[in-house]
Amino acid sequence: MSPTNESGAASEPSAPHLRVILAKLGLDGHDRGLKVVARILRDAGMEVIYLGLRQTTDSILAAAEQEDADVIGLSMHNAGHMTLAPNMINALRSAEMNIPVVVGGIVPDRDVQPLLDSGVAAVLGPGASADEVAAIVAGVVSRQAS
Amino acid sequence: MSSNDSSGRREDSPAYRAYRQSFDQAKLRDVPFETMSGVAVEPVYGDGPYPGQYPYTRGVYPSMYRSRLWTMRMFAGFGTAEDTNARFKDLLAHGGTGLSTAFDMPTLMGRDSDSPWATGEVGRAGVAVDTLADMEDLFSGIDLTQVSTSMTINGPAAIILAMYVALAEKTGASRSALAGTIQNDIFKEYQAQKEYIYPPRPSVRVVTDMIRFTSAEMPKWHPVSISGYHIREAGSTAAQELAFTLANGFAYVEAAVAAGVDVDDFAPRLSFFFNSHIDFFEEIGKFRAARRIWARWMKERYGAKDERSMLCRFHSQTAGVSLTAQQPENNIARVAIQAMAAALGGTQSLHTDSYDEALALPSDKAARIALRTQQIVAHETGAASVADPLGGAPYVEWMTDEMERQAEAIFAHLDDLGNGSILEGVYAGIENGYFVGEIADAAYRFEREVNAGRRIIVGVNEFTDGDSSETDLLRIGSETEDYQLKRLADVKKRRSEESVTAALAQVTEVAADPTRNLMPPILDAVKAYATLEEVVHSMEVVFGTYVEKAII
Amino acid sequence: MINDPSALYEAARNGHRRSLGRLLSLVERAGANADKISELVHGDTGSAHIVGVTGAPGAGKSTLVGELVRLLIEQGRKPAVLAVDPSSPLSGGAILGDRIRMDGPAGTGDFARGRDTEPGIERQACFIRSLATRGHSGGLALAVPLAVRLFDAVGYDPVIIETVGVGQVEVDIVGAADTALVVVPPGMGDAVQANKAGLLEVADVFVVNKADRPGADDVRRDLNLMLDLSHMTGQESKDGYRPPIIMASALNGTGAAEVWDATEAHREHLLSSGLMAQRHRNRVRTEVRARMAQKLTTMTESILSSSTGSRVLDDAEAGITPPTEAAALLVAHMVEKAENQQ
Repeated sequence: MSPTNESGAASEPSAPHLRVILAKLGLDGHDRGLKVVARILRDAGMEVIYLGLRQTTDSILAAAEQEDADVIGLSMHNAGHMTLAPNMINALRSAEMNIPVVVGGIVPDRDVQPLLDSGVAAVLGPGASADEVAAIVAGVVSRQAS
Repeated sequence: MSSNDSSGRREDSPAYRAYRQSFDQAKLRDVPFETMSGVAVEPVYGDGPYPGQYPYTRGVYPSMYRSRLWTMRMFAGFGTAEDTNARFKDLLAHGGTGLSTAFDMPTLMGRDSDSPWATGEVGRAGVAVDTLADMEDLFSGIDLTQVSTSMTINGPAAIILAMYVALAEKTGASRSALAGTIQNDIFKEYQAQKEYIYPPRPSVRVVTDMIRFTSAEMPKWHPVSISGYHIREAGSTAAQELAFTLANGFAYVEAAVAAGVDVDDFAPRLSFFFNSHIDFFEEIGKFRAARRIWARWMKERYGAKDERSMLCRFHSQTAGVSLTAQQPENNIARVAIQAMAAALGGTQSLHTDSYDEALALPSDKAARIALRTQQIVAHETGAASVADPLGGAPYVEWMTDEMERQAEAIFAHLDDLGNGSILEGVYAGIENGYFVGEIADAAYRFEREVNAGRRIIVGVNEFTDGDSSETDLLRIGSETEDYQLKRLADVKKRRSEESVTAALAQVTEVAADPTRNLMPPILDAVKAYATLEEVVHSMEVVFGTYVEKAII
Repeated sequence: MINDPSALYEAARNGHRRSLGRLLSLVERAGANADKISELVHGDTGSAHIVGVTGAPGAGKSTLVGELVRLLIEQGRKPAVLAVDPSSPLSGGAILGDRIRMDGPAGTGDFARGRDTEPGIERQACFIRSLATRGHSGGLALAVPLAVRLFDAVGYDPVIIETVGVGQVEVDIVGAADTALVVVPPGMGDAVQANKAGLLEVADVFVVNKADRPGADDVRRDLNLMLDLSHMTGQESKDGYRPPIIMASALNGTGAAEVWDATEAHREHLLSSGLMAQRHRNRVRTEVRARMAQKLTTMTESILSSSTGSRVLDDAEAGITPPTEAAALLVAHMVEKAENQQ
């Protein structure tokens, strides 16, 4: 509820629910992890705009724009992450959309730093707990805002 | 009190005597069937029905591994067709007995390497096959009549099979000599793996065309490998894996029979593909229940008369999803246990995962260790000397019954959904999201247990103290994609466009007529070097494209 | 991105979609920014046809909406969709999955349609926004009407509101539209369920989905029966208009086009009968009432947690003052404070 003063007028809007887009770029059809993350984030109070499989940077951009997304979560398997994640970062930059991208799934340790260097805000390892997932996603948003 | 004593009452039982009669006719491997200490062991212990006897709970053949070990079929396929060809020859030289091909994502989804969707994915998850030319490179120098080839592909399976047949004919081999399997199980794509192209019903038509074609022309070929592996990987329980797989099998049987094929004409060549996961006893119970259920249903519900129609023969693969990225060497232990479960569960063929597979495609060293693991199980542990060695153990028998009970409940639901037809029940379950929903729920439940620490995964949520040393990972460079694009462009330049166009038009025409078989026109198209995507599209214009109604 | 409603509104009117996306977020959060937006759009609204689409979960609403959007784009219209999905009562979070069921216009299905179509065109011509039922201070009943007016003011037409018709709020929202479509799947008893949920009263057009399936004719018959009944009991108050029942089936080629024809026909009816103006007035009245209720609720909470309020509540809890008296006291206090504020 909005915090109010005694006259009852709303003084400021209350904290909004984080809006997270979840998607997979490319052809890979493994969505088990993505669906689990969707539920985890929902349980953490976030609003998940689930785009799912076989998205393009275009379709994700369109959704991000219309849904005013706070963060984009990409799930990667099949070793495409070093191409697909930077593609997304570049597409966002070209569209001048300053939305943080979190990558999760199968990312070998040695690729984590290069991904971060390319502009990915965080990389979620396969062993991350539900709390960690939610915290990291929320964390990149507040980092962006500050 | 078990009746293990070979001088006891068991020898008088008709079942055992019948079993011995069949067993004694089998040709056995020339190895001592003794323990390490030199103690001779019987081919089977305990009560009947015995292996090779209906309902085959204890094994599909009387002599099981005493005659022939399971096929050590190692999955390979990455990069260009040439690279995979080298890996094939390597595996054959190291003692592997069957070839198993993995294809890259664009190929699996019916796209060519020059499609915009293929960027960054060419040759990564498997080998890229765009035209017959790639198939030629893939099997160059390998006598197709001397190997058994398994091809793991579904949506565009008809086209890939056609390419294999076309290649064989080019090398002078006859279709009827070709032995192998093509996965071609489209139902599980809608349920789990998501590598579909057309909507369900036209896809099943293509599958039944392939069944009819192979029944008539390729008797050594298994046209469908009904798969539970992916269903399990997507997060289902063991019972769901068992039930959804067998139900899909029943559905194919109904479809083929409706297409006019006699059940005993094709059912003998159906085979299955199960996951071998880490809960050792649950898996063994599952395998035994699978055999029992399939036999019973085929005989009682579908009227099979030929014993071979009732045999649930299966390939298994150790569970990829159980491999951890943390402390990857632990995976060697996991795979060994899973391989043991598969062997004790009576598998006909086995792929063991490489320990680095959670991170990337397997390196040479890891792939070799995986093969050696099977060889150790087969030759050192004694697991291959006695059929169904855990049969009769109270826990294992209970587990078998329990798996069966849970599966039957699911069959009842599907039967209900389909108004008495499992095929219609499966269509309905795909349509209303039943399968996908059950799997997602099971996956989530598991995740929560792991998260809460109630289910321990070593190295992940417990015993995390470990070496995070960099293992050598196989990396596919972009040279593969460059090479493949050039190859494809080259083939397109050299082929006759008129022939291709005409052939594709034929495919479209036949697709529109459900009474005609699609395999012949597809064969003509691939021989003219039409690309995979071109042939896919020529059918897509008739069948439409499937878009999943996502259940989260 | 700045959060200045005026600047954002101007940009949105000039076609900047990201600004519209941000404005919609401000609407959801309520408060001063949302109030400002309400003022800004005032005067720019009134041209769009507001269409509500509802039905039980699984009826196929999103697929239908997707088809309608595609059809509308082909006709040169500029549709907007507000897709309302339920939030979890436990966590307050939500999985908003309607968007992807609309296929092409929402951007998914690119893979399936990749060969022959140009999704970019579709994406420029329509705007789809997902809304969770709990994502708003002040509730759905305030956020949706303002979001709709915003779409209208920026130039989108028609504006489609899609909700799951199970809660009163959701049913009311659809009922507040110019034309309400109720989608019913051909299962056993689905027509009865629709009636129970109160959907019968709000429906202007019925769509029976997958009408080639068994049970579809039964649903049509049940709907007709119930419509007959409401006519007989005089409940029907729509000036002789009887909602048509469209039997939609991909197999026999009846679908979005027929549904849209019926929707347009209803709009014609509203215009020619003068009922359109009444619907607009009702909407305004409903929104004013809802905002008043929300303000009063906020004031109530504020008073209850104030020092005066705590004292009165303590007395009531101790049994000294009956609840009726406590309430009267606090209301009087609230009115007095409000007067002092003027």
